Amino acid sequence: MLALTTSHGYWNLQTLWFFLIGVLWIGYFVLEGFDFGVGMLLPLTGRSTEERTTLIRTIGPVWDGNEVWLLVAGGATFAAFPGWYASLFSGFYLALFLVLVALIVRGIAIEYRNKRPEEEWRRRWDFTLAGSSAVAALLWGVAFANVVAGVPTDAHGQVTASLLDLLNPYALFGGVTTLVLFAFHGALFLGLRTRGELEERARRQAEALALPAALLVLGFLAWTYVNAVNAHDKGVVPGIIPIAAACLPFVAGALVRARKPGWAFAATAGAIALVTLTLFLNLYPRVLVSSTSNAFSPTIFTTSSSHYTLTVMTIVAVLFTPIVLMYQAWSYWVFRARLGDPDAVRSPGELLARTPLGKHSE
Amino acid sequence: MDALDLARWQFAVTTLYHFLFVPLTIGLAWFLVGFQTAWYRSGDERWLRLTRFFGKLFLINFAIGVVTGIVQEFQFGMNWSAYSRYVGDIFGAPLAIEGLAAFFVESTFLGLWIFGWDHLKPKVHLATIWLVALGTCASAYFILAANSWMQHPVGYRLNPVTHRAEMTSIFKVLTNPTLIRAFGHTIAAAGLTASMLVLGVTAWHLRKGRSTELFAPVVRIALWATLAAGIVTALLGHAQGQLMTKEQPMKMAAAEALYTTESGAHFSLFALGPWERRPSKNLVNIAIPHGLSILADNSWSGTVEGINDIQATYAKEYGPGNYKPIIGVTYWTFRIMTGLGFLAVLFAAAGLWLARKPGRLERSSLYLKLAVLGIALPMVANLTGWLFTEMGRQPWVVQGLLLTSQAVSPTVSAWSVGLTLAGFTLLYGVLAAIEAKLMARAVKAGPDPEGAYEPEAPGDEKTRAIPALTY
Repeated sequence: MLALTTSHGYWNLQTLWFFLIGVLWIGYFVLEGFDFGVGMLLPLTGRSTEERTTLIRTIGPVWDGNEVWLLVAGGATFAAFPGWYASLFSGFYLALFLVLVALIVRGIAIEYRNKRPEEEWRRRWDFTLAGSSAVAALLWGVAFANVVAGVPTDAHGQVTASLLDLLNPYALFGGVTTLVLFAFHGALFLGLRTRGELEERARRQAEALALPAALLVLGFLAWTYVNAVNAHDKGVVPGIIPIAAACLPFVAGALVRARKPGWAFAATAGAIALVTLTLFLNLYPRVLVSSTSNAFSPTIFTTSSSHYTLTVMTIVAVLFTPIVLMYQAWSYWVFRARLGDPDAVRSPGELLARTPLGKHSE
Repeated sequence: MDALDLARWQFAVTTLYHFLFVPLTIGLAWFLVGFQTAWYRSGDERWLRLTRFFGKLFLINFAIGVVTGIVQEFQFGMNWSAYSRYVGDIFGAPLAIEGLAAFFVESTFLGLWIFGWDHLKPKVHLATIWLVALGTCASAYFILAANSWMQHPVGYRLNPVTHRAEMTSIFKVLTNPTLIRAFGHTIAAAGLTASMLVLGVTAWHLRKGRSTELFAPVVRIALWATLAAGIVTALLGHAQGQLMTKEQPMKMAAAEALYTTESGAHFSLFALGPWERRPSKNLVNIAIPHGLSILADNSWSGTVEGINDIQATYAKEYGPGNYKPIIGVTYWTFRIMTGLGFLAVLFAAAGLWLARKPGRLERSSLYLKLAVLGIALPMVANLTGWLFTEMGRQPWVVQGLLLTSQAVSPTVSAWSVGLTLAGFTLLYGVLAAIEAKLMARAVKAGPDPEGAYEPEAPGDEKTRAIPALTY
């Protein structure tokens, strides 16, 4: 692995890191995708403040860990491709500002909502959470669609687009796609993590969202393909990955009707992963598409760090990623019990494991 | 104002704001570790009540630290894209490692700690808060590694083809002497900040005569912690200053408003000058003879370089230009930081003197009132400390390598930066108001009553568990 070079071709550290960053984004969208979904569906699925408390509780212990995937994706881009990080973040300036505001408001809504008992306080944060989740879910689709479709740049790959340039029909379609797909994903998550009335309601919502989500994903991928053909992008074949990405939401819809919620959730997770992967494959080896001239598009080779830094980062990633995956998976395992009527919040694991308070083994 | 000025203001506003909460979080995490470990070992319910009471304050703070942290990472690319291109090879690595090695630990195990009270075995649950505390420290280490490289670049070379700095040794970057001292100083200051918060909060309750049996021992713990953390902060700050005299002589000279190189240099107590014009001498200067030489060099007549001489050296080395920071800012921020630090140590010593006889401290209404105001002392010191560190390095963004004026994003308009500056300032202001109210509310509500975690009826399993720490 470490014998990989930093020259052109496929077997190099830049390609490895390009796809590692793709994996980090996949991790972020698959995980935070459902907590965006739970946030958006909150006023629809939860009819009372108590019900919404239960719904927020399903993501309470894990949402922050999910968001760290974004921070690591950003940090990894900074470390491995400083030129990409610089062009992307300065180029999508106002869009990212809006993303940041949405994520800040969202995090505070989740964390502060239960800090006071008043009905009015909670209701206000619930609607804030729903709105900010929807905005963030929409903006990520808009941003990624623009990166792939291309934005005006100068000859150095510096983005010259304005915020209005970013709000083109294709990008907005991408935004609506992520919005609905994450809502669908979130409904399936709630179906797995709640019981009784809430579970039933989440399942019905998942059924209702399945077809719109599937059609939007299909439309978005088809539009992406047409764009690529028009731009004479090399190597864009509707291969197995985009086809599978387009099929999986339909499969998820069928599974939720067949009362197989776990498999349906796995299918939407797969769909989110494969849509993201499709976009990364479409980009490669570019990191950002210049709509001014394809020759201006920065690539993994023109934006990457030195061979030494990429090697160091590879070692760090190999050491830490498995550990992170293990304890994050464990935290999902700890909080696996379904939540529902108030006196049944306890998990089976706790009944097995706990000794009474203050009388723990000495 | 152009985009550069606005971007600098934005960095100052967002970073200082973020750092209001970070030291409290780091320090309070260790208090929680102490309280919960004591509960685990003794089974004494009082430690549990303390853990959960201060845990609530910790969480209200932690939330703001988390959400404003994302801005910290993003704004390098957004406002400082030229900087990001130039240093990303080195600067990006500690940020990425921080995410992978520290943020995941903090966020995942904090979730487990908050919601795991009735899910995890007591020993495992105790381990989660230890991991959170260790994670916050690891996080501080990697962030300070990145910042220390800006103060004193090591382990790099300049690539003549790309004109960018490239890393040659991650080991040197992670063992930068500047980093080792800055880390110790920052963690100790975090301990001081949290100790004075615990002191202020308990003092408020003691003065109202509430939960006295619970808080009287805590006030003594907080006093000793304040004293110890204050002394360690000062000693490590002193070590930092001595190193800075060698590595960033301009910053040290600017901290002292020392214009000409002197042997047996004076330590200035009060100085004024027409600083807005970046002058070459002070108007007024009251000083202790030989003080600065002793501080900087441990010697009676050691030589300390002056601002004008360093300016001449730099002009020769880097070409014509003004290499002086704004002396008024560096001089006074340095004095406010150190002055408040010493005040904190003295305040703790006075408290310990009062606490010699049982009940005396508890009856001293004045001391308890001052202790509440004292919460602000280390916070102001933290902010002025960063202002000094960052503004004392100007005009450089990376000492000796890159000027701040070359670092700003070339494609982002002043209008855009101004808009986001206004947006963040407004949002952060609203959040500060909400957080301050929640903190005051949680402090006033006080700890859970005695016996709150006992089963309601013998054998009633359901009421035995401690609930999650959500409100």
